[in-house]
Amino acid sequence: MTDLFIFASATAELAENVLPLGITEGGAWLLRNAWIIPLIPALSFVGILFFGKRMPRQGAELGVAAIGIAFVLAVLTGAAWMDHRDNYHGDEVTQAVIAVDHGDAADHGEGHAPEHPSLAVSNTMTWFQVGGMTISVGVLVDGLAVMMLFVVTLVSLLVHIYSTDYVGGDRRYTHYFAFLSLFSASMLTLVISENTLQLLVAWELVGVCSFALIGHWWEEKPNSDAAMKAFLTNRVGDMGLLVGITVLFFSVGSALPDAFGSFSIATTNTLANSGLLSHTALLVSATCLMAAVMSKSGQFFLHTWLPDAMAGPTPVSALIHAATMVVAGVFMIARLYGVFFEGFSIGGSSINLMAVVGGLTTLVGASLAFVQRDIKKVLAYSTISQLGYMVLALGVGAWTAAVFHLFTHAFFKACLFLGSGSVAHAVHSFDMKSDMGGMRKAMPHTYRTFVIGSIALAGLPPLAGFWSKDEILAGTGGWGLFGGTGGNGAYTGMLIMGMVTAALTAAYMTRVIYLTFFGEFRGHGEIHESGPRIVVPLWILAGLAMVAGLFNLPPGFQLVPESMQERFGHYVEPAAAYFPGISHASPSWSLAIFSTLVVMAGAGSAYWYYFIKVEAAAKASGQSLTELSNGPTSRWPLAKMGHNLLENKYYLDHLYTGIIAEGTKGPLARAVYRFNQQVIDRTVDKVGETAVVSGQFVYDKIDQLLVDGAVNTSGRLASEAGGELRKIQSGKVQSYAAILFAAATVLAGILIVIV
Amino acid sequence: MFLNQFLLLSVALFAIGVYGVLARRNGVMVLMSIELILNAVNINLVSFAAFTENLAGEVFALFVIAVAAAEVGVGLAMIMLLYRNRRNIDLTELDLMKG
Repeated sequence: MTDLFIFASATAELAENVLPLGITEGGAWLLRNAWIIPLIPALSFVGILFFGKRMPRQGAELGVAAIGIAFVLAVLTGAAWMDHRDNYHGDEVTQAVIAVDHGDAADHGEGHAPEHPSLAVSNTMTWFQVGGMTISVGVLVDGLAVMMLFVVTLVSLLVHIYSTDYVGGDRRYTHYFAFLSLFSASMLTLVISENTLQLLVAWELVGVCSFALIGHWWEEKPNSDAAMKAFLTNRVGDMGLLVGITVLFFSVGSALPDAFGSFSIATTNTLANSGLLSHTALLVSATCLMAAVMSKSGQFFLHTWLPDAMAGPTPVSALIHAATMVVAGVFMIARLYGVFFEGFSIGGSSINLMAVVGGLTTLVGASLAFVQRDIKKVLAYSTISQLGYMVLALGVGAWTAAVFHLFTHAFFKACLFLGSGSVAHAVHSFDMKSDMGGMRKAMPHTYRTFVIGSIALAGLPPLAGFWSKDEILAGTGGWGLFGGTGGNGAYTGMLIMGMVTAALTAAYMTRVIYLTFFGEFRGHGEIHESGPRIVVPLWILAGLAMVAGLFNLPPGFQLVPESMQERFGHYVEPAAAYFPGISHASPSWSLAIFSTLVVMAGAGSAYWYYFIKVEAAAKASGQSLTELSNGPTSRWPLAKMGHNLLENKYYLDHLYTGIIAEGTKGPLARAVYRFNQQVIDRTVDKVGETAVVSGQFVYDKIDQLLVDGAVNTSGRLASEAGGELRKIQSGKVQSYAAILFAAATVLAGILIVIV
Repeated sequence: MFLNQFLLLSVALFAIGVYGVLARRNGVMVLMSIELILNAVNINLVSFAAFTENLAGEVFALFVIAVAAAEVGVGLAMIMLLYRNRRNIDLTELDLMKG
């Protein structure tokens, strides 16, 4: 693919029909060689697989060391990127792509050319060549990739350390660490992918790791079922990914001279931004890719696998099913944003597929989180809801807000998951209603970190979740009360969905904290705080959950100097031709205050129900209660119906297995059977009868006379010749040697005579 | 040059080796005779190498020595097993492959 590019030394020399891509082959060594970061855990995977069992700590030390080195490299790469963003002006190399058929192409491209572009660093090599076309593999390092490298390696490192305690003594301990390493390697490959094909490979690899780790304890049927469900649901979406990538490939090819396609992400995005790709093709591919996002990132209505995926070990849930893998879908949208932005016409609209999917997901997830007894399932639905937030933000054009939410969510959700694991480690159960309660005294560290994580998730200032959530709400542009907040359109519906979810989130987290840490202990045995390898990662994540929001203080936030505002947006959001020209919402004090009040109202009502009413009822009855015996569900039939609907997860699982799968199986199977009997069997019978008649003829005349005669004769000849030759086969090795030497002598004699 | 004498020595060794392989009944002796044949070949290679002043022959002889060592290892292991199973190593009695 690289031979399609022209390497122009400066933008001034670009020809008329050439578009700058905004990527460079220069830059710091660390940026050009970011592929080393995924390579280290990949090597550790092989190392653990082959030598893990013989190591003193059964391979865990290799996994931890590898991801530790990767983390240090990721931090250094991040520092290199900050320097690159501020000080590298890209005069050295600018890659350009030729555009055809459109004379006005250059005008489109320069429309978004920023003053000081953040040139992404691209470094590719040939992967394979097929049919005269070169498929490359490489890195595309920009702020998004660097941010993801940091998040993935950090969470993965903490999860590795946590796991040495949590799964210690497991019978497949080595195997577990091998897969953690492979997962880290694949996810890191995914985030630095230079082209969509590489992205697809890494995407599937993380899916395989997810499958293997969900089914880590496969001896129990529900666990292996959950793994299978996750894998199959993801396959549905992967079909969309495959189709979407293919459509994009050929669509890009139609705009490039002498090429029938290209997988390059930068090229695809640039062409999409410049309006050179057909809108229909972009819409089709964006819709197909959306299916992939729905399965991987647990969006409504393909989210059903994510809660079941909690069958895996808790650190895996934290790493894969909360902080990193499930955001692969969000990352993919952010990476191919040009395609989605143009395909769904996000700018200047008030509704589109992505925003609706995100909005519904965030509501569905938050409401389902209410009725779960299992602490991990609450967090799983909460993850679905927060992923919905991110997709919603991308759907309304608030790119930076979405990516920033991804960043902060990774910390507080990993903190919450690891905290739930710490609790479960102590009581050997995940059931909040029957085995937990009153644990704040026995587990002070877990309790405090969990509360910090919950507040961050609920979005109260000044913790991380508040800043990112508020940025998303502002980004919808629907806050018209005080003159709107700008943004890419007027997505008022999305703003309302986001607000409702904010209240629900605060309420269900209050419920979880009450059920787990307050009231009387309902489980059995002594409970103790977990060891340092569990508590230290919790505190690190809790610390990040507190301060991560400060990385992106809104512009115009008067309490800090201007140089500290919007640092995250400055370094992460690309300002280059491969990124669409989105407009940014302006933050609003009134919106921030209103959303905080909404959160307080949600938390307050749950507080009133659990901490006051239930607590009082528990005192009165003298036992630990988890709900009121005369609560709203028992008093009002409508509330009961709603509760039932939620308990049954909106009947989606029934829809999939009961109606869709059974429906296809029943009528389809009958129809196929009839077709089989009536058409295929009859044809086969006729053919068979004819074959018997002709076969008889062939047997009598040709087979018996001609063929058999020849065969028998040759058989007899062979048998007689064999009888003679048999005599030489004495079985004595020396007689064979004698024959060999005699033959050699004869041949040597012939050689001499002839030559 | 002395090529003639070396070739004669080689021929003599070869002939002795062939005789040993064909006539001896003891497996160890047969193996040793095979070694003689190989050494005859080595002498041939080395003497021609010296004669034509070409190093390739000597290199090849080194390879032959290495291969011969491996071959003796395998052969002796087989004879050991034969002895363990049959309590003798007479090759003329080994005619299980008789056709």
